[in-house]
Amino acid sequence: MWHTVVIPPADQYSRSVTMPSDPLVQLHPESAPPPMHNIARNEGTPLHLDWLEGARVNLSAVERRAATLATRRSVKKEYQAAWLIKAIACIDLTTLAGDDTPDRVARLCAKARNPVRADLVEALGLPAAPAAAAVCVYPTFVATAVKALEGSGIPVASVATGFPAGHVPLSMRLEEIRYAVGEGAREIDIVISRQHVFDQDWQALYDEVRAMREACGAAHLKAILATGDLRSLRNVHRASMVAMMAGADFIKTSTGKEGVNATLPVSLVMVRALRDYLERTGAEVGFKPAGGLRTAKDALAWLILMKEEVGRAWMEPDLFRIGASTLLGDIERQLEHFATGRYSSAMRHPLA
Amino acid sequence: MAAITDILKTMDYGPAPEASGHVEAWLERHGGRFGHFIGGAFTPPPNGGGFEVLNPARGEVLARCAQGTKADVDAAVAAAGKAFKSWSKLPGDARARYLYALARIIQKRARFFAVLEAMDNGKPIRETRDIDIPLVARHFYHHAGWAALIADEFPDHEPVGVCGQIIPWNFPLLMLAWKIAPALAAGNTVVLKPAEFTPLTALAFAEVCTEAGLPPGVVNIVTGDGATGALIVEHPETAKIAFTGSTEVGRIIRTATAGTGKKLSLELGGKSPFIVFEDADLDSAVEGVVDAIWFNQGQVCCAGSRLIVQEAVADRFHAKLRARMEKLRVGEPLDKSTDIGAIVAEVQLERIASLVEQGRKEGLTCHQPEGGLPEGGYFYPPTLITGVAPASVLAQEEIFGPVLVSLSFRTQDEALELANNSRYGLAASVWSENINAALDAAARLKAGVVWINCTNMFDAAAGFGGYKESGFGREGGREGLYEYLKAPEGARPRAAKVPANDISAAPVIAGPAGGGAPGLDRTAKLYIGGKQARPDSGYSYAVLSPAGAEVGQAGLGNRKDVRNAVEAANKAGGWSSVSGHQRAQVLYFLAENLEIRADEFAARLSALTGARAKAAQEEVATSVRRIAWYAAWADKYDGQVHATQARHVTLAMNEPWGVMGIACPDEAPLLGFVSLVLPAMAMGNRVVAVPSPVHPLLATDLYQVLETSDVPGGVVNIVTGGRDELVKTLAEHDDIASLWYFGSQEGSAMAEAASAGNLKSTWVNHGRRVDWAADGQGRAFLRRATQVKNIWLPYGE
Repeated sequence: MWHTVVIPPADQYSRSVTMPSDPLVQLHPESAPPPMHNIARNEGTPLHLDWLEGARVNLSAVERRAATLATRRSVKKEYQAAWLIKAIACIDLTTLAGDDTPDRVARLCAKARNPVRADLVEALGLPAAPAAAAVCVYPTFVATAVKALEGSGIPVASVATGFPAGHVPLSMRLEEIRYAVGEGAREIDIVISRQHVFDQDWQALYDEVRAMREACGAAHLKAILATGDLRSLRNVHRASMVAMMAGADFIKTSTGKEGVNATLPVSLVMVRALRDYLERTGAEVGFKPAGGLRTAKDALAWLILMKEEVGRAWMEPDLFRIGASTLLGDIERQLEHFATGRYSSAMRHPLA
Repeated sequence: MAAITDILKTMDYGPAPEASGHVEAWLERHGGRFGHFIGGAFTPPPNGGGFEVLNPARGEVLARCAQGTKADVDAAVAAAGKAFKSWSKLPGDARARYLYALARIIQKRARFFAVLEAMDNGKPIRETRDIDIPLVARHFYHHAGWAALIADEFPDHEPVGVCGQIIPWNFPLLMLAWKIAPALAAGNTVVLKPAEFTPLTALAFAEVCTEAGLPPGVVNIVTGDGATGALIVEHPETAKIAFTGSTEVGRIIRTATAGTGKKLSLELGGKSPFIVFEDADLDSAVEGVVDAIWFNQGQVCCAGSRLIVQEAVADRFHAKLRARMEKLRVGEPLDKSTDIGAIVAEVQLERIASLVEQGRKEGLTCHQPEGGLPEGGYFYPPTLITGVAPASVLAQEEIFGPVLVSLSFRTQDEALELANNSRYGLAASVWSENINAALDAAARLKAGVVWINCTNMFDAAAGFGGYKESGFGREGGREGLYEYLKAPEGARPRAAKVPANDISAAPVIAGPAGGGAPGLDRTAKLYIGGKQARPDSGYSYAVLSPAGAEVGQAGLGNRKDVRNAVEAANKAGGWSSVSGHQRAQVLYFLAENLEIRADEFAARLSALTGARAKAAQEEVATSVRRIAWYAAWADKYDGQVHATQARHVTLAMNEPWGVMGIACPDEAPLLGFVSLVLPAMAMGNRVVAVPSPVHPLLATDLYQVLETSDVPGGVVNIVTGGRDELVKTLAEHDDIASLWYFGSQEGSAMAEAASAGNLKSTWVNHGRRVDWAADGQGRAFLRRATQVKNIWLPYGE
């Protein structure tokens, strides 16, 4: 069993990755937020069951808050354009399909390097093009993506651990992580065993994520909770807390393959959980909604959520990611609308 | 334009102004001056006179409105009276069409109203756009439905007449909708006075009435200050007054309408508790606080202004609250990212500031977020005051601003004790994930509205209104319609023939009795707390037969006896909490025991009132039937589940008032007593009854039956003596929640006026005689013996 996982000392993880220059950081060197992977990693804590017991989540009240998050705040004109640029910088541009091929992955990487047309970049007064936060692929495509992104500074993220269902023996799941890291993935999006949540077997969940974190080594671990499977928001809150105690760098909503993926209520609960964890430990954990964010308006709503519920620092890619594949297209059209005053068409923007 | 590169550093929201051009054009079109809307047309606007209406966020004058004079109010009431003749006769479905049109037009002009309301009142556009105006439309839709259903659903009712309606400045258009929609649906016509700070949406609504083709005079809007309101209240032709505003003004209106026969509903102040148990979803409860006290700048009568938080989580909760407060944005109401707009007027701002200052002087800790306030308007920051004791003035006084005071508790009992420790009883909010704790709290809170794990939820289908000094009457839902309906009076009943009521404690020297030893003397006492008690005064008075002969003596009760009776009734709280079935058994037993003694009571009735034997027997038999009828009702007068919002159970529960004072009529001295006391008992009230002073001995005979029927001590207390003297003490007693008076017209006026102190609900007969056999029972009695508590319970997992 996995009850005796030895946690390596903190310095083995933290700041062990020297990031190539972040394109966004270059934009504003004088007051730049810390670049990706440059904040202290969450080392986790022993499993505190009392942190779970005290947590209550009231669905209706959460829904009410979620429903008014984006009606209480409005971001217009140049502010909206800036926020959408920020959203791009937080996107994990993702392809996780059965028909993925190396060429398809390479195309996606090209889009990640240049998500916005050069003339728009200029029209928006940006000194350089923004770039996506990462490219997220299956382990077998990590090498392709690493090559395609060479010199861009954009990290490759790999799903692992029998994504999306996770029904693979643990040893193989851990091996998959080590394989992806070996291929050059700097971030690993793992899936948790939902059964541990249904069984309320928090020790088992903790041990599993701990082991995965260990297998990740220097790569950052994003824990996918598959909230669409967990269903109850209390389960979401508890699973979030356990994943963070086990050392997740990010908690992530969904695989994108569940019946319901990222929603604002689920996101609100996870963000409140990471705030709770922050208050208890001082450790900053990132949040990644995935699947379900398709429009520029969605991106703004989630950025508002981060700003209101945790704060400014969670509007940067080292603490906030959006797992998406179609979102970028809508943002591009909105940016063109801002730049030209005309409503744009998808065909005017290069495909991923 | 800010550079995008700069915005990327700050990630500020930036300005998001709502355009106000259409509203400004409308104000311009009116030349910035408005008259009243009377009989379907605007009166000439004031030329220099009248009063200015300000935008409180900018201190700019928006318009000048007319100060309603006596002539204006007379004209408006006359127009409404004229319109009433045909409007009240319209079939319900025809009235429904007008209300439906009003709803639709408001929806079509939603943004116009939202912007105008934000400018006039200072509340954020987010609220007017997403809350106020949609609820306004909802209210008219809902009542369009009632208009069509009213004949079927309220078969024995008719409209009241011309309704005078006076509304506050905190939800100007929404309060207008709450007043006008049910009034019109029920077939009434109205004269409405908006608050002088915020008359503009009401005037814009007047134009909507024209647009909807509403017949002239059905809705009249007269602007002005309290003096204009007083004219409406005092106008002899207003049949009903509906007021929302301060408890202080509510008292004045209660006094002014006393004895006039006007129907009255009052929705007054509050100091509503917001209870957070240790097992609450604390983050959600924090958002609840935001919606409770920082909604509409805290200028909400049902604002959750007293945070009552369990000690185990108090520090954590306060920390979360303070963090949340830092995120609140105070500023221009027309900015779409504003959370807290401007206080409505300078005088209100000063009041808030001075109360908080008082708290600071008391040594309380006052938290306000960093950062300054916008200039040029009446702004006040969100404020949390901790370490507050119930004795602090801030825990008792309604601040009516964005100021939350926090108290802590240890146990559920203590939480409820603190929550109910207030003169007010408008609303309460309870946060717990434990359904047992939450529902227990909901049941025990003395408040007209209880929100479980939510707050400030409103819907046209739910009743809204307060307990205690928060007023009486309900708005919204089925219960709200009764405020605009009355039972037909038919032929005007004769004034009660009050027999000689010469209460004298001087001994009467009767002539020598006939031969033989005298019968054993009977001594009627008072009946207090289940015990026969001698009157405190030590006096008895002679009870005379119709022929003037002394037939016995009754105790001459005084204010101390009333005090003792109320205390006994207070202690008998168990009666209110047992099941209806248990009460029913006691009441059936009462009927059974009275029937056993029917002959004795009939003989006594004949002897005391001169009634013929048959009539006396019939009165006793009817009394027995009536007791059994209310016994039957004891477990059947159900509440309702209102259809409000999806995934919400909104329970409308009929609750007893608690302790009622009941002054019984002279006619039908046994049946009158039974007809009033029994519905009160059946619904779980405890009663202090004042029997007919002319025929008190039937009531005192009855206490023996009460005693043998297992009626717990203190549930019914009987104090004999001078009716009006005793009633005055009852009316002025702050531990009596409701008072029924059946006596003279002067006594009715006195009872209502004296009830203004704690704003107890009253029901008086205005000196009219009641045919107790024919009209002395029905659901209306049960409705008057209860108050409706709406409990909102959202659910989902």
